[in-house]
Amino acid sequence: MVRYIGQKVLIALATVFVLATATFFLMKLIPGDPFANDKVSVAVQEKQREYYGLDRPVAVQYVTYMKNLLHGDLGYSMKKTGRTVVDIIREAFPVSAKLGLFSLLISEAVGILFGILCAQFRGKWPDYLLMVVAILGIALPSMVLGPIVRYLLGVKLQILPVSGWGSFKQMLMPAFVLGLGTIAGNTRSMRASMLATTTQDYVKTAQAKGLPPVKVVLRHQLRNSLVPIIPNLGGQIAGVLMGSFVVESMFLIGGLGRYFVDSITNLDYPLIMGLTIFYGAFLVTMNLLVDILYGLIDPRIRMK
Amino acid sequence: MNKKNDSIKFAPDDFAPLPDSEKNGEQLARKKTSYWRDVWRNFRKNKAAMASLVLMALMVLLVLAGPEISGYNYYSNDYSAVNQLPGHAHWFGTDSLGRDLWTRVWAGGRVSLLIAILATLIPELIGMVVGGISGYFGGKVDMVIMRAIDVLMGIPSLIYMILLMIVLGSGNIATLVIAMSITGWMGSARSTRGLILQLKTREFVTASETLGASPAWVIARRLIPNTLGIRVVGITMSLPSAIFYEAFLSYIGLGVTPPTPSWGQLVKAAGEVFRYYPYQFLIPCACVALTMLCFNLIGDGLRDALDPRLRS
Amino acid sequence: MENRKLLEVKDLVVHFDTFQGAVQAVRGVSWYLKEKETVAIVGESGCGKTVSIQTVIGLNPRKNGSVRGGEVLFEGKDLLALTQKEMREYQGNQLSIIFQDPFTFLNPTMTVGEQIMEPYLLHSRASRQEARARALEILRLISLPNPEETMKRYPHQLSGGMRQRVMVAMALICDPKILFADEPTTALDVTIQAQIMELMNGLKEKLNTSIVLITHDMGVVANMAERIYVMYAGKIVEHGDAETVFHHPKHPYTWGLLGSVPRLDERIQSELYSIPGTPPDLIAPPKGCAFAARCRYAKQICRKCEPPRIGFEEPEHYAYCWLNHPECIRRNGVTVREEE
Repeated sequence: MVRYIGQKVLIALATVFVLATATFFLMKLIPGDPFANDKVSVAVQEKQREYYGLDRPVAVQYVTYMKNLLHGDLGYSMKKTGRTVVDIIREAFPVSAKLGLFSLLISEAVGILFGILCAQFRGKWPDYLLMVVAILGIALPSMVLGPIVRYLLGVKLQILPVSGWGSFKQMLMPAFVLGLGTIAGNTRSMRASMLATTTQDYVKTAQAKGLPPVKVVLRHQLRNSLVPIIPNLGGQIAGVLMGSFVVESMFLIGGLGRYFVDSITNLDYPLIMGLTIFYGAFLVTMNLLVDILYGLIDPRIRMK
Repeated sequence: MNKKNDSIKFAPDDFAPLPDSEKNGEQLARKKTSYWRDVWRNFRKNKAAMASLVLMALMVLLVLAGPEISGYNYYSNDYSAVNQLPGHAHWFGTDSLGRDLWTRVWAGGRVSLLIAILATLIPELIGMVVGGISGYFGGKVDMVIMRAIDVLMGIPSLIYMILLMIVLGSGNIATLVIAMSITGWMGSARSTRGLILQLKTREFVTASETLGASPAWVIARRLIPNTLGIRVVGITMSLPSAIFYEAFLSYIGLGVTPPTPSWGQLVKAAGEVFRYYPYQFLIPCACVALTMLCFNLIGDGLRDALDPRLRS
Repeated sequence: MENRKLLEVKDLVVHFDTFQGAVQAVRGVSWYLKEKETVAIVGESGCGKTVSIQTVIGLNPRKNGSVRGGEVLFEGKDLLALTQKEMREYQGNQLSIIFQDPFTFLNPTMTVGEQIMEPYLLHSRASRQEARARALEILRLISLPNPEETMKRYPHQLSGGMRQRVMVAMALICDPKILFADEPTTALDVTIQAQIMELMNGLKEKLNTSIVLITHDMGVVANMAERIYVMYAGKIVEHGDAETVFHHPKHPYTWGLLGSVPRLDERIQSELYSIPGTPPDLIAPPKGCAFAARCRYAKQICRKCEPPRIGFEEPEHYAYCWLNHPECIRRNGVTVREEE
């Protein structure tokens, strides 16, 4: 297990390093001076140039940049004068994290439950009904689903607030829009995975013991069926994060996703760069945690 | 015990030896069906997948012919006819600048589908080459390539894609395809490598090698073709994600530049006026949703049809 | 027949529906088992032996009509007439099974101890402590080293032989009346095979269990079974007590099976014999004798009519083969087994 984790940590560190390096050189590739911008005061521009040492050779700039990164220093925003990227993350990330975590927890559980139900009622009406939900979730990306849900629940039925952040009710709609993809994905993979374990030999052993079907499913199939769907979790976290860019802008939520989209629209390069590295490192860490969880669930992997 | 036997009338040659030539006659009675015919038969039975196939064929037809038959072009404004409902003059109505939506939707489909197809096939090709080399040569080459892929796959493709779009400059089809290709080939490389590892010990490969075939020839002519069956599923499944990425990048402002329409652009533009002009939003949405759905179902159908375990 | 029949299978017919048609896996099979007896069903893979015992212990789905006919009488009660729920009372309790492959038939994500205790907890309503104690007792009985340690392990941490012992423990924990063993040694190394067979032989003495052994290997049967049923293409082709089947086999298929047992007593290593050809397709079983196509002694009639059951002097020894028919003997003389 230690070796397994060690290996994964090494790959994760290498990944973050490559990402940071790539980000730096890609930013260098942008034609012209990314900090040249009439809308920003000359003082800020100067500060940026000095900060990144733009007058010095690229290699020196790279070292400075990496050193700053190691100190957790992601630089200054160009548009929000005087604010550092880290300040912005500190303010906005908790909002995104709360929404994302809420959405993810619910949709993981619901998706897995749906998948089990589908497999148990294979070919009967609950299966078809839930598969329709799953199919809708796959076919309706957040930018399509968002306006429709907002119109139906917010404007027509007026049961949930159309936008904003703060109350529990305001969280429900964005969380649903964020999570439907995960529900759909989990329903489908859990269904397939359950059906695959149904024909496994150890399920036959369990049946031969005289276990009732419910126990066969819960004790023998469930854990084994979860194994192949755990790796999906990494992608789902990334999906929720990506969804947050759309959903936070659409529902006017002041999370990090909205800052990121704004920074792209405003061409706020240091903020883009800083958030790119932050998001990258965050997702790499999440994937690492998923890998460790995978090892915990399947004892066979632990040994390798 | 053998009471009945007395009543049986035996023919003179009944107890003569049975010649070997007659022994196996009946054993071949069962027809062996060919692999692809089997796959097709299984696929055809999947009603959802078949319906999707028909629907997509129709969609492609409309995308190709649609803009030509409306009598409008996608970029001309007509301020005397803004936000018109679908009707006789404009089949899908017009947008806030009075542009014909029928034309824009199908012209947008050209852009979206072109991006989707290119952004699926190019990374697949890159993946095949890299995966083929990695799997065929094995050893150190394989080690280095696979570790590199581990690291590259660790980088969230979306973040990377956004960064590339900013650097390459958003606004045209080429940069979108390049960004998606750079971030999307690793999965296909890994899968191709896995398949090739299984294949390369098989007789037909050894036979080619013994006859002096070069590695490139063996990879391209013997190994890759045999991985295609399974990779087809992967290709079908990644098409919808390319459609999704296009819509997503458009939404955060990194899509093609107006007035060029794409489904993503149309969805984004109409999302803001959904409350007032729902048709402007729902029509491109339906295109996105149907395409994503149909390719997923086709992929499912192919996977089930190809999976021998599900055949019994 | 000093003992009563504990289990009796009568005219069992099992078909499986597939794309190409119904596979007639078991085509009218009858056999019985007496108390404290070991019976072997021998045949190649695909001959229907596994299907027939899985049907007996209720592991084949009945809803799609797999079982097309016959009775399975356990202590006089027809198991095929029970509901799934009633059947579960017997499964793992009075009827238990050891499967072929200890690598795939154990749950990889559950400790071995959990898996062994499971049937006991289910059927005896015992507490976990009691179940643990019972599991340890059984593990000691089958002389598994370090039982406490082993209970905490996962299957992949154990060797093949250990896993098969775990399967045995799991099957025995509820003190079953009948133990079915489906090729219990096939997936194991030769040395381990011997150990497991020895273990099972030893258990026969210690426990009150009757055993139905399924195998393709006549060698395995030799020192275990009292009676042998030889099965081919979904039918019993020969039956008799072990002694008789070994020394006076009457069916060419049995000859073939016996021929494929490597013999250690032969000085000159003769070429390992195997029966040529493959078993027939059971979607469309051949007319007449199913073995005719592979039989070097086959006659014209073998392709036309199914052979009748013909009995011999030893009690209950019978075979289904035209070669033993009086008319055949009258015309061709007694057919003798040719040395391979």
